[in-house]
Amino acid sequence: MKIKVERRGEISPKKRFVYLILSLIIGFLIGGLIFLFKGINPFYALQKIFVGSFGSIYGWKETITKAIPLMLCGIGLTLAFKGKFWNIGADGQLLFGALLATWIGLSLGKTYPAFVVLPLMFVGGFISGAFWGIIPAIMKVKLGINEVITTLMLNYIAEQFIQYLVYGPWKGKTQYGFPYTDNFSASATLPVIKGTRIHYPTLIIGIILAILIYIFIMKTKTGYEIRVIGENPEAAKYAGINFLKTTIIMMAISGGIAGLAGVGEVAGIHHHLTTPTQISSGYGYTAIIVAWLARLNPLVVILSSIFFGGILVGGDTIQTSMGLPFATINIFNGLILISVISINFFLEYKISIKR
Amino acid sequence: MKPKRRNTLHSQGGKKIELLEMKNIYKKFPGVIANDNVNLDVEGGEIHALLGENGAGKTTLMNILYGIYQPDRGEIYINGKKVTIRSPRDAIELGIGMVHQHFMLIPTHTVAENISLGFKEAPFFYPTRVIEERICDFTDRYGLKINPRAKILQLSAGEQQRVEIIKTLFRGASLLILDEPTSVLTPQETEELFSILKRLVEEKHSVIFITHKLEEVMEISDRVTVLRKGKVIATVKTKDTSKKELARMMVGREVIFQLERKKIEKGEEVLKVKDLFVENDRGLMAVKGVSFNVHKNEIFGIAGVAGNGQRELVEAITGLRRVKSGKAEILNVDVTNSSPKRIGDIGVAHIPEERIRFGIVPNLSVYENAVLRDYYHEPFSKGSFLNYPYIKEHTKKLVREFSIDTPSIETPVKLLSGGNIQKLILAREISTKSNLIIAAHPTYGLDVAATEYIRKLLLKKREEGAAILLVSEDLEEIFELSDRIAVMFEGKFMGIAPREKTSLQDIGLMMAGSKTLEEKDED
Amino acid sequence: MGGYEFLIISVLKRALVAGTPLLLGTLGEIYAERSGVLNLGVEGLMAIGAVSGFGVALVTGNPWLGLLAAAVFGAILSLVHAFVSVTLKSNQIISGLALTMLGLGISGLWGKAYIGIPLTTKFESVKIPILSKIPYVGEILFHQDPIFYISVIAGIVMWFILFKTEVGINIRSVGENPLAADAMGVNVYKTRYVCVIIGGVLAGVAGAHLSLAYIPSWIEGMTGGRGWIVIALTIFALWNPLRAMLGAYLFGGIYVLQYLLQPIGIPPNILLMFPYLATLFVLLVSAQETFRKRMGAPRSLGVPYDKEEK
Repeated sequence: MKIKVERRGEISPKKRFVYLILSLIIGFLIGGLIFLFKGINPFYALQKIFVGSFGSIYGWKETITKAIPLMLCGIGLTLAFKGKFWNIGADGQLLFGALLATWIGLSLGKTYPAFVVLPLMFVGGFISGAFWGIIPAIMKVKLGINEVITTLMLNYIAEQFIQYLVYGPWKGKTQYGFPYTDNFSASATLPVIKGTRIHYPTLIIGIILAILIYIFIMKTKTGYEIRVIGENPEAAKYAGINFLKTTIIMMAISGGIAGLAGVGEVAGIHHHLTTPTQISSGYGYTAIIVAWLARLNPLVVILSSIFFGGILVGGDTIQTSMGLPFATINIFNGLILISVISINFFLEYKISIKR
Repeated sequence: MKPKRRNTLHSQGGKKIELLEMKNIYKKFPGVIANDNVNLDVEGGEIHALLGENGAGKTTLMNILYGIYQPDRGEIYINGKKVTIRSPRDAIELGIGMVHQHFMLIPTHTVAENISLGFKEAPFFYPTRVIEERICDFTDRYGLKINPRAKILQLSAGEQQRVEIIKTLFRGASLLILDEPTSVLTPQETEELFSILKRLVEEKHSVIFITHKLEEVMEISDRVTVLRKGKVIATVKTKDTSKKELARMMVGREVIFQLERKKIEKGEEVLKVKDLFVENDRGLMAVKGVSFNVHKNEIFGIAGVAGNGQRELVEAITGLRRVKSGKAEILNVDVTNSSPKRIGDIGVAHIPEERIRFGIVPNLSVYENAVLRDYYHEPFSKGSFLNYPYIKEHTKKLVREFSIDTPSIETPVKLLSGGNIQKLILAREISTKSNLIIAAHPTYGLDVAATEYIRKLLLKKREEGAAILLVSEDLEEIFELSDRIAVMFEGKFMGIAPREKTSLQDIGLMMAGSKTLEEKDED
Repeated sequence: MGGYEFLIISVLKRALVAGTPLLLGTLGEIYAERSGVLNLGVEGLMAIGAVSGFGVALVTGNPWLGLLAAAVFGAILSLVHAFVSVTLKSNQIISGLALTMLGLGISGLWGKAYIGIPLTTKFESVKIPILSKIPYVGEILFHQDPIFYISVIAGIVMWFILFKTEVGINIRSVGENPLAADAMGVNVYKTRYVCVIIGGVLAGVAGAHLSLAYIPSWIEGMTGGRGWIVIALTIFALWNPLRAMLGAYLFGGIYVLQYLLQPIGIPPNILLMFPYLATLFVLLVSAQETFRKRMGAPRSLGVPYDKEEK
């Protein structure tokens, strides 16, 4: 008996979509099994997750709220991943964006009106996130240092730095000793849709960026260069593409967009800077799956970010109603990711068994 | 695992090959018959040369013998008994060893470690110690001097080759196949190799020696089998033949298709290369002082077996490799160490040697690949944006004009056949840049139709005023297309001659390193 | 013994303990990467090891059974990565990240029941007779928990196997040039599977050390990024188990340094940054060194082996 494995030719988008749904289902099935193993009724848990997130108006509100940072980080990641730059540092870039935005908000918020302060916060957040993203870019191109570790380490460093600030020099005078900065004034606060926590300016920015980045990747010269570097660096060399310049631009934008997510969180949700785990419940990591599931298409990220926003809300739900730790949701995240890349094998190769 | 006793490592009894026969071997690959009813016999204690140009089928035949390929038809007999060789492990069991042209060695490991790799008879603990001791045996018996503790990357090509030979001997090889063994050796190393081969033969081993170099065939072999285009032309005793005769058998006088070459006066100088020295990846000098120029309306052909510096020369001229010293000028602009984009902007088309690795982005579509070298200037882009309508129109035009067979311009280019990929690359390059066309092995691995198309295209461009630098191992191609021919051997030009003033034979001899233009033909 | 002497001995001793999980993880990752497979799931594997080790030790009252459980679970989880990376030839980076998420998630779920529960049956320090009486050195080296001794022995043994045995040559060759190894009869796939699983076992044991000896208890997120530091240490070690020991213990020292510098008044969060800053520094140094020594990662690291028809 011989197992023959051969590559397939062109794969239709319809087939891809079917396989995608299949991998999601498999991911949830296995996750359910793990729940079962732990003595938890998987159907109950899954029901809680999905009904909690998509079954009620309140659920949808929360889902969209969580989708916003996922969307922004996810869009930024599609750009980096297209260039095969494994940016695991979206969380840190998000935090840095939040950081500078906080400083701008607190410094200018009392004296200037919202239409001055808020845009400045977004710009500052972008620049700050871009800065945090450029560091690993330079380290990779100039020194050949693995970007997975550098971006990760920068996450941890950013985390500790923010902790230091909110427990120390930036601790609010009006916060009764809690690790928060002072609250932002009204002009540094993003408006929300009435009755929800959805800070819609950030959402709108996200949707606009999805379109802009899509255009950037597919229709600009630099986007083309990024794609060539990602798909075949040798051909990029032959074509005379400047690796340093292109990679820096790519990571500046990727980090900058994540930084915008951070601005949204502090200006739209919390209205102050606080501990990192409050600001980002792993958005930067979940965004990796968001981007991967969207097959690195920023427009599809809009959809996948909503899906995973729902899953994150589900995490909250099972935490409150079933007493399970939030980290449980990572099980599904991990399983879905593994399913997606495993199913990819069956898309690319045809298996035939000969006797 | 029981530690083996020393003697058993060296046992060769039972694997001795007195007579090897390959009968009626037929092997077809898509589009080409590699071996067409080939018969070969090798006796124990003989050095048998397998002579032919690239593409003649020599390596395929030996890969079949070594179990890497299976023949479509035909049989192999060892000592009169029919054998089936399904994998290299079978071949090794039968006493056949092969030293490939590209060594299968691990550069950062020592000689002993490389020999121990996968060696079932080596002990678990300190396997290299036993190997190190055994190596002395080999030195005495065969003259294979090697330091077992040396790292492979510290060794010269000749020494590395010795390691490969020792690897086969350790596993009890009686018949050794050597694929173009001298292509990486200096003349002295070649002499050392030959004395090793003579010792092997004294110890009753047999050797099959794949080569295209006539000098060596005459020097070392007992018999020689000449292959041409998959068929055996003749098997003769070396002492009964001459270099001239072998050259004629090897290269032949056939021409596949008729190409019309108009007589044109060559125009002004386009490319000027002076005293160029270029290093290869290992830091050794690959191009050793090359000077030449190429004019409008002219095809300048560089003949020679790959590995003699052609790749480094082309990379230096196209901006992909640094020049150690010397100068390159295109249309009176100094392009020494310029970037590929700048050189492209002067109108230099580059059809790269490894088309899939360097020339295309496999996962991107046909039209996205069509602008790989032009995307950044008008009219392919406007400002920061790519001008897709123009790009797509342009691509459609190219597909039509160059008869590129593709389902659509959106198809990922990796799904196209080799010939169509090459046509796309050519189309892309030539349509926007045709002052200087640098084509490296442009028809390598392509079928007859694509080959004919590309050659006709190059001739047409020549008429239209392009200067063309052609690098090829295919003598027929060089001869058909070139106005002037240079032969590159070990980093230098053996001579530059107009096509009319030289013959296929002469070129063949120069490619084999056995004469330069100054020598008189006395054979 | 004077106050200073006591301090130094205490610091060195703690450094070795802190470095032990790092060493174990790095040894495992070295084998995986030497065979050509990049395993970024170490953080998740450590978490699984920590929670399973703690849980089983708690239930059975025997820390050794906990250790065994950690090894087993580490092996099982890393098998997933091996299958996806070697057999399915998928993107090893994404697979490793997924494994980390999975490991962290499962351990979070499993460990919830253990939060706040003290472990009475942890690994106690063991005094090696005679040797521990050597002044200064004796207390530092020979008065540690059993896993420390295991890790040191493992380091030496794994170095020996990798560089002085036939198996080691085969493993290293698979990582450098799988084609050559294949041509010489070595089973590339099997070798990679085995090495990845070894990595999983050791990462699991590393996690168990955290929950059974170093801390010892179960806290969510207790691995604290050590899995990632292991990846960096693997590079720093230049894929050599002996050098890994140096790196691991140096890093252990950095963890101890945090405590030492606290009274000086450096903000605690800045101190907590040290391991991560040190990692970046280590990477910078390694980049220079691999350039100088012309030694780098196994040539085929991260590249799936595809036995394509020529």
